Amino acid sequence: MSVIDLVTRKSSNEDEKSNSSDVITLTHPIPKRRRRTSLRVPRLVRRVVGPLIVLALWQWSCSAGVFTSFEVASPIAVIDAARELWNQGVLQSNLLISLRRVAEGLGVGVTVGVIFAVLSGLFRVGEDLVDPVIQAARAVPILGLVPLAIIWFGVGELPKIFLIALGSTFAIYINTFAGIRGVDTKLVEAGQTFGLSRWGLVRRIILPGALPSFLVGLRLALVGSWLIVIVAEEINAQSGIGYLIMQAQTTDRTDIMMMGLAIYAILGLLADALVRLLERRLLSWRRTFAGA
Amino acid sequence: MMTRANEVTPINSTLGTAVAASNVQRSFNGRDVLKGVNLTIKGDEFVALLGRSGTGKSTLLRILGGLDADYEGDVLVPQRRAVVFQESRLIPWQRVLANVVLGLGTGNGGRAALKARGLEALGEVGLAEHAHDWPLTLSGGESQRVALARALVREPQLMLLDEPFGALDALTRIKMHALLQRLCARHRPAVLLVTHDVDEAILLADRAVVLVEGEIALDTRIDVEHPRDRSDPAFVELRNRLLKELGVQEVDARPSLLHTASDVETEFNNRYKQSFR
Repeated sequence: MSVIDLVTRKSSNEDEKSNSSDVITLTHPIPKRRRRTSLRVPRLVRRVVGPLIVLALWQWSCSAGVFTSFEVASPIAVIDAARELWNQGVLQSNLLISLRRVAEGLGVGVTVGVIFAVLSGLFRVGEDLVDPVIQAARAVPILGLVPLAIIWFGVGELPKIFLIALGSTFAIYINTFAGIRGVDTKLVEAGQTFGLSRWGLVRRIILPGALPSFLVGLRLALVGSWLIVIVAEEINAQSGIGYLIMQAQTTDRTDIMMMGLAIYAILGLLADALVRLLERRLLSWRRTFAGA
Repeated sequence: MMTRANEVTPINSTLGTAVAASNVQRSFNGRDVLKGVNLTIKGDEFVALLGRSGTGKSTLLRILGGLDADYEGDVLVPQRRAVVFQESRLIPWQRVLANVVLGLGTGNGGRAALKARGLEALGEVGLAEHAHDWPLTLSGGESQRVALARALVREPQLMLLDEPFGALDALTRIKMHALLQRLCARHRPAVLLVTHDVDEAILLADRAVVLVEGEIALDTRIDVEHPRDRSDPAFVELRNRLLKELGVQEVDARPSLLHTASDVETEFNNRYKQSFR
């Protein structure tokens, strides 16, 4: 039993109304069953279970005839489509092209976002000049820029990289800026009293202090860039995963369309894992709450 | 070599003087916090600056430390000075050793010599084995010892201590007092210790300065014999004098027989009642 009734003092007068403070009910601070069990499932296994359940439901609904194969392709059909395109060499080449576009666009977006965040984070003048412009630009829907991007940059690689860069840079800017401004002034002051130069303060205290926020921005930017690449490739492209999806639409190949989406999902998962790895390496000094 | 707290022009001053501050004034939004403070500290003197919260103790320390440029008056301090704050203010993403040597140039001996210096300072506070730990893994007392090492490694001619033990538990505080006394005896810097703990001031300092509403109300030598004992009549008398100056009234005049800081704390609460001027 987890609850023990303990009578601390017997009242000498039996018919005296019992005083509640005479009886102390003892209980465990945390009920036993809620305490941690020693049996633990490995983290990776737990993280894989959710997606596996979704996959199983997906396969089952297709096999059971809930959807026709034209409406929804089953996971097995999607894998078959991927194998077919891989054997033709189409999948690899288009995947590489999409990856390159994201890498280039993200590279530009991150660089520009960090530069502007540092400018407006470190200097009041920078903030006054840069911040309103970026806040206004951020409100413009990027997809609305697609026609303009084509007029400005033609139909080659440039408009795609431009759009991806734009789709990732704001998340980087906003988070890095907030990170810089959130650095504890007490630490900056300590750095000053111990003789750090201005550049030393930026390099040893301010930028490392803003790193956690930057990494949050990087995660959002990765999601944003994959979002934009598919749109950019569906609108005007002769290559890339988005192009494969558009091609599949004209030939009614639901399996290929869904394969394209599955690839995006897997890449998104991998990108997230990459940032998690970065966080673990770069932020090992932190001792923060990691979830129960 | 003396410099104005927030300038780098070196000015030669009277030999053996670590702080020469005259008519220091500072106001925040029209409220005068320091109203013309004059303070001279000799080269190896340990001065405790007492005062209730809001009387300008920390403001004065920040001016001497070069953290506040908006003061009036004339302030001269040594170029080599170090501050220990109430919170350790260690940089969480730098290892303990890197924190200790923060901002020091590599000098002639290069990185190895700098590392050796840092390790030596950490050894002095008994934390050499924690050199490669992250600061967030240290306890409050350990962090404060690292902060002391970070100050000492600079061989300061003036150490500014802003309630450095205020956030520590009573038992750790006793150990820290002993450590600070050992370190000061070895390095002999001038020390300005800002505190609101009268016993701490009498235990450690050569001189006590009481700041009341931005002005020095009392400036006295502490002539209690070493090793200082809280039950020494001279100790009790000076404590009463300082407390009176700080506006705290004694309610019960039993002779004091206190041995630990926590005793002092409870006794203080029992025996004195705050009276606000």
